[in-house]
Amino acid sequence: MLNWKKYRPIDWALVAIAVFMPFLPLVDHNGGHINVLVNAGIYMMLAIGLNIVVGFAGLLDLGYAAFFAIGSYTYAMVASPQFGLHFSFWPMVLISAFVAALFGVILGAPTLRLRGDYLAIVTLGFGEIVPQTFLNLAKYTGGPNGISAIDQPKLFGYHFGLNPLPYYYLVLVLIAFSLIVANNLRTSRLGRAWMAIREDEIAAAHMGINTTTAKLAAFSLGASFSGLSGVVNASLLTLVSPDQFKFNVSITVLSMLVLGGMGSLPGVVVGSALLSILNFFILPQASNLAATVGLHIDFTSYRFMLYGIILVAVMLFKPEGLWGSEQRKAELKESGDIAKAENAEYEEMPRETV
Amino acid sequence: MAFFALKNVTKTFGGLVAVKEVSYEIQPGQIAAMIGPNGAGKSTAFNLVTGLYVPTSGEIEFDEQTIGGKKPDFVCKLGIARTFQNIRLFAFMTAVENVMAGRHVRMGAMLWDSLLHTPKQRAEERRVREKALELLRFVKLERHADDYAHNLPYGFQRRLEIARALASDPKLLLLDEPAAGMNPREKEDLMGLIRAIRDRGTTVFLIEHDMGLVMNISERIAVLDHGEKIAEGTPVEIRANPRVIEAYLGKSA
Repeated sequence: MLNWKKYRPIDWALVAIAVFMPFLPLVDHNGGHINVLVNAGIYMMLAIGLNIVVGFAGLLDLGYAAFFAIGSYTYAMVASPQFGLHFSFWPMVLISAFVAALFGVILGAPTLRLRGDYLAIVTLGFGEIVPQTFLNLAKYTGGPNGISAIDQPKLFGYHFGLNPLPYYYLVLVLIAFSLIVANNLRTSRLGRAWMAIREDEIAAAHMGINTTTAKLAAFSLGASFSGLSGVVNASLLTLVSPDQFKFNVSITVLSMLVLGGMGSLPGVVVGSALLSILNFFILPQASNLAATVGLHIDFTSYRFMLYGIILVAVMLFKPEGLWGSEQRKAELKESGDIAKAENAEYEEMPRETV
Repeated sequence: MAFFALKNVTKTFGGLVAVKEVSYEIQPGQIAAMIGPNGAGKSTAFNLVTGLYVPTSGEIEFDEQTIGGKKPDFVCKLGIARTFQNIRLFAFMTAVENVMAGRHVRMGAMLWDSLLHTPKQRAEERRVREKALELLRFVKLERHADDYAHNLPYGFQRRLEIARALASDPKLLLLDEPAAGMNPREKEDLMGLIRAIRDRGTTVFLIEHDMGLVMNISERIAVLDHGEKIAEGTPVEIRANPRVIEAYLGKSA
């Protein structure tokens, strides 16, 4: 059923890069490069998860890092000297995803009655509350020092250790899995319900879609992906601490979506890859390069200024994102029609409760 | 209990009485209408039926149940589907996706099926797509299946909304001013379509301004004015009713 003509050369280029990725370490023996890619992969998983919430269901979540924190801490607590527990890594991948999803439901249930800006503000609050909680529950979480000496995975007697290479393959597998699952969701009954809610919530409810359940599903499924990446993150760094999950993580992941194109899976991959490479590779390299010519500029500290410039440029020249979906492109073309939007808002009388 | 009945339904918004003590019963297989001047409370009545508003008092019965105050998705599941006065399609979904979304409530795919695309899920998706295409043929939009709803001409959007509503196999279809903005030719087609819907076994309840259309196809008409039902009967009775004439044309001096 594939329509081959539909694919542009650049689509094939993306596929070619994806196919090449497993073979990259054979060509590039630089452990530093592999490390950069592992970190990029962790962010890519986060972006795939957040895309379900923001891109598919249209719920602006500014506190996504909270779930990343929950996923990371879940593994850290049961696989470190903190409580003397040393659970195996592999089942914990699934368990952490499940725990993050559960917290998605817990945090989502009271907030998802809200819409648009209000939801954004409340999720922003949750994004702050969760790391603060980990900071203050020092008895269980080690407070500001976090939890250290976290176990690293073992596979058939092979210890992952400090070598980034096994993590690289682990992350590749998890990303492939995440992409397949996210795409399945998109093209399913639930994905269609999300799309309908994003387009017109009242009409969606009148089509028999239980909007509360569907939104909760988006929130918790999106959170589960950050559970996956949290486990990998914790075991890779062997350390979790509250300052790893600050607001800037949520914003970085959201910027990846905006750059690549919300709601578009190739867009998410491209956006997160580009920002990660900028973040973890180009900026540090630029600083090093400057140092060799005697300039002491820390380019990494200009990161957020650069994000800002990039986002403004994207909004101006390609608002649907570098690899935006056709749908979003069409939507944005119409968004100039402000009068109509205002009219629709006027009609949108909220359902009353007795 | 009746197939469908409004029983002394009242709805107030603050001090404004939008619908006052309205009772109206519809028999299965009928084409029933509710007419009245602008602001008479017709759309409010629809919104009460589909659960967008909760009645202040009174009861709404449908299919052996009372549905007043139930949520829209529950009401849809019971078998009431609707269209909207100001078209509310999923603008940037294709026509066929719109209709498939309308089928949501009759689909069985669980979270697990959606995540993994189980064979059961894939078979269901195929069936639902086929059903959606069939409905698009029914409203003569099959050539536009892959166009965004937003890009369709106005009259087509109205028909697409009807197809989307029919996707949930409703027992009762509520049409909120289906002929608004249509030209005479389109109205003619619409009447044929409404009759065809009734002949498929769906009871139709419509709100309309267009007297010609209402008198032509309705078997039962209720007239609302200032939130109150001032008359009910067959088109012939309504046409001769002095209170109706008064509501529409004003009191003679």
